[in-house]
Amino acid sequence: MKPLAMTKLSLKSLFKAPATVAYPAIPREYFTGTRGRILIEPSTCNLCVICDVRCPTKAIKVDRKGQTWTIDRLRCIQCGACIEACPRKCLSNENRYSDPVTHKETLTVPIPFVPPAPKPKPATSAAAPTPAPAPAATPENSDAKDRPV
Amino acid sequence: MGERTVIPFGPQHPVLPEPIHIDLVVEDEHVVEAIPSFGFIHRGLEKLVEKKDFHEFTYVAERVCGICSYIHGMGYCQAVETVMNIQIPPRAKWLRTFWCELSRAHSHLLWAGLLADAFGFENLFMQCWRIRETVLDVIEETTGGRVIFGSAKIGGVRRDVDNDTLKRCAVKIASAAAEFEELKKVFRDDYSVKQRLCGIGMLSRDDAWTLGAVGPTLRGSGVRTDTRLEGYAAYNELKIEPIVETACDSYARCMVRMHEVTQSFDLIQEIAARTPEGPVFEKPSGYPNGEYFARLEQPRGEVIYYVKGNGTKNLSRFRVRTPTFANIPPLLHMLQGCELADVGLIVLTIDPCISCAER
Repeated sequence: MKPLAMTKLSLKSLFKAPATVAYPAIPREYFTGTRGRILIEPSTCNLCVICDVRCPTKAIKVDRKGQTWTIDRLRCIQCGACIEACPRKCLSNENRYSDPVTHKETLTVPIPFVPPAPKPKPATSAAAPTPAPAPAATPENSDAKDRPV
Repeated sequence: MGERTVIPFGPQHPVLPEPIHIDLVVEDEHVVEAIPSFGFIHRGLEKLVEKKDFHEFTYVAERVCGICSYIHGMGYCQAVETVMNIQIPPRAKWLRTFWCELSRAHSHLLWAGLLADAFGFENLFMQCWRIRETVLDVIEETTGGRVIFGSAKIGGVRRDVDNDTLKRCAVKIASAAAEFEELKKVFRDDYSVKQRLCGIGMLSRDDAWTLGAVGPTLRGSGVRTDTRLEGYAAYNELKIEPIVETACDSYARCMVRMHEVTQSFDLIQEIAARTPEGPVFEKPSGYPNGEYFARLEQPRGEVIYYVKGNGTKNLSRFRVRTPTFANIPPLLHMLQGCELADVGLIVLTIDPCISCAER
């Protein structure tokens, strides 16, 4: 049993650099693999809503009619389920955390996706009446679950 | 004999961040009886299996506890994998073991800091947490998260760690281990630490066994047991020797955890050197149909997961028996006859996690 067993360690600490950093003057260095906030590349997104369906906390909302992708960063747990599920690989993890906020707000990103025009069906004969064109994949008549991935 | 008085301890108490409430029946300064009450942070997580897809529920299982989050997620995955008869790849098993040991090291270092703070040794508290930061950095580098690892997945692990990163992490851990040895000497030899811990909170070997203590609480009373010996994940390929102390007091429980940190640091370095190459994920197919009990060794002791599937995407039952829940009866036994001033310290020596226990 020693009365001052901590003395050596304490004296060593006196001559060492501080274990902490002077944040925010010195910014924190994140690791390459740090799971931070979710980013989207709007030009690649095709509004397939898979990220919306797979998000375990329902933090992502995809509005196909309004062509927007919305994330509630306070609900997001940065698990990466949306990134794994995204077929177009337009979602990614940035290796820094979300900015601090003073009130709850969501981030809405406009998605400039133009649905491809439906291919016209080849006419069977010249005399046959022209069939009605197939309905376009507009948000009003398309269902997220039926959309091909 | 003095008059009996009831003094409430918790749920808010300066010594403990955990919301445990105990009514202490005291006579003069001695505790005669301790009556616990629970339910302050019950979240109903087990009921969520009926609403969440069994894959999604991994995220919920990880959030049963903030400190041993990975082992919760992994335990759930292990139980479901057994029900679904999935053999996970060997590399995934080794990575799981790697993160389990990191989890154990950081949990024990956190606890050691809290213990030092509880008996007023703030310098020691900060040194413990300084070393813990290195472990947390390794966790963040390999999993992407500091507290919630987010790496557990049914069928394997969610992210691979390349061998260079594993070796780099092993070097960091070796450096932390060297620093920790100096710190361990303080816990082992310091006059203040021994005065505050030796002979406090006695729990005999028979009482510990009869009352169902688990983990370091049981091993500190001289019982040689460790669920890692069952050989889950990659533990069947590692040499595990349970750390046992026979003094049966708070100091013994403290030293068990101290030696376990050293053991974990050694295991982490061994795993980093021996992890085999290969895939890390085996895609599961179908839905779980059947039931299984999975047993794992958490930092606080043995944890049991029960899952019951009915062939649909939602499990019909999920149950966790956490180590804190098992350690409550031994704690109440330890509190009988102790000094009022020692109550906070004794409660801390079982390393209580009430968010685990109440789920």
